[in-house]
Amino acid sequence: MTRWGLPLLLFATLVAIWQVAASTGAIADALRLEDFLVPSPSEIASSLWENRALLAENAWVTLREVLLGFVCALLAGLSFAVALHLSETLRRATYPLLVASQTIPIIVIAPILVVWFGYGIGPKLGIVALICFFPIAVNTLDGLRSVDADAIKMMRTLDASRRQILLRVEAPTALPYSFSGAKIAVAVAVIGAVFGEWAGSDSGLGHLMLQDNAQLETARLFAAVVVLSAMAIALFGALALAERRIVTWR
Amino acid sequence: MPTEARDFAVRGPLPARDAPSGAVSIRGLRHSYEELQTIDGLDLEAREHEVLGLVGPSGCGKSTLLELIAGLLEPSAGEIEVGGAGTQRGRLSHCAYMPQRDMLLPWFTALDNAALALRNAGAGRAEARREADRLFERFGLAGFERYRPAQLSGGMRQRVAFLRTLLSGKPVLALDEPFASLDAITRAEMQEWLARALEADPHTIVLVTHDVEEALYLSDRVAVLSPRPARIVTELRAPAPRAPDRDATVTDPQFVAVRERAMHTLRGDPQ
Repeated sequence: MTRWGLPLLLFATLVAIWQVAASTGAIADALRLEDFLVPSPSEIASSLWENRALLAENAWVTLREVLLGFVCALLAGLSFAVALHLSETLRRATYPLLVASQTIPIIVIAPILVVWFGYGIGPKLGIVALICFFPIAVNTLDGLRSVDADAIKMMRTLDASRRQILLRVEAPTALPYSFSGAKIAVAVAVIGAVFGEWAGSDSGLGHLMLQDNAQLETARLFAAVVVLSAMAIALFGALALAERRIVTWR
Repeated sequence: MPTEARDFAVRGPLPARDAPSGAVSIRGLRHSYEELQTIDGLDLEAREHEVLGLVGPSGCGKSTLLELIAGLLEPSAGEIEVGGAGTQRGRLSHCAYMPQRDMLLPWFTALDNAALALRNAGAGRAEARREADRLFERFGLAGFERYRPAQLSGGMRQRVAFLRTLLSGKPVLALDEPFASLDAITRAEMQEWLARALEADPHTIVLVTHDVEEALYLSDRVAVLSPRPARIVTELRAPAPRAPDRDATVTDPQFVAVRERAMHTLRGDPQ
């Protein structure tokens, strides 16, 4: 009850207040707007149902961009972290650049990627991967470096090779850190996909939102946001579940 | 579990993979960390199958000395030979080191932790488990093979760690305060247990401890170290190394007299 009950209760209360405020026209009056521009939760829910086929079709496009981009970032982030961990020189050379790269606003890069790579899945995948890469790589590297020095000494006197130390001690130590990074990454990955679609696309939830905005289809716009949030929460939940299944020693 | 140390039966030596000589010889050893001189001109010998205790005040460089012997560090000057090998790599290959904390890997079961050295040596998982499993009963660990370290008692964890060290097959074992983390009763039981285990399967052991009684009960000889930089102040012969009845041994007047001498030396009292 306390784990899910409290947030659910708060959520229900907020939705109820919104429902009352929107259906009585209080918000629209306060903002001096037409009523249809401020949809109530029940209108959003019915739009969600009426447009289920359209939403599902576009959600699938966005989900594919998110998943593929995330997997690319995961592979690149883990390999990069291991490489930096194994080579002091490489770490000193690239780590400051890695941090500096995070100050570049992704939203600026998105249109350039579209110019370079066109309207296909490529630029979206690239943007999602760029956003996901940093938290995965940095958390994994921190995890690899947090290994107990005595455990390494113990392994060395038991004749472990560098590779065996990495596989049997360092990698399992880093695993929970990698999961933390991946969970942060997957939560922001959907935003990356939407940015990518805004920069140029012909489908996806981000594309649909732009269209709804232009056509003043506000109920459907909110419905698309609901689907996007649900997607991010589901992905986060899947990772948390995988972590509980894999990191059994904590 | 008050009887856990007595549950296990001693039966014959452990299978040795090879039988290299296990003597330790240290001459004129010096070591410093940057400006800090930790060891200053130390000479020490341990014959094969001898248990050599090292006691000294906290921070005197006992653990550093152990890491030097195990080949984890290189000395600034002097010679260390372990099983006839003088190089760092040679010492590493002749000496297994058991750190102060048990350092069991929490993602492996008790069995896989014990089998770690075998796996590192290239044995397959099944083969390594089979070999380690053969010793679980003798170590009083039967039934706990699949337990994770967090599910084991302190005494059991130390026994798994000791089994892991033994299964490296190395002639010299460097033990750094192996029972320091245990409560008094478990510690006494583990000392008795180790005494029996060594009787069945003798090894050359360099045992670092801050517990003078533990050193005098388990060792053949105890070297008392000075405060940093470490030198040998005196060497004491233990009156009854690893005698069957620990409680009677440590309360024997002769044992108490030697213990008092060691304590006086440690405090720096004039003799």
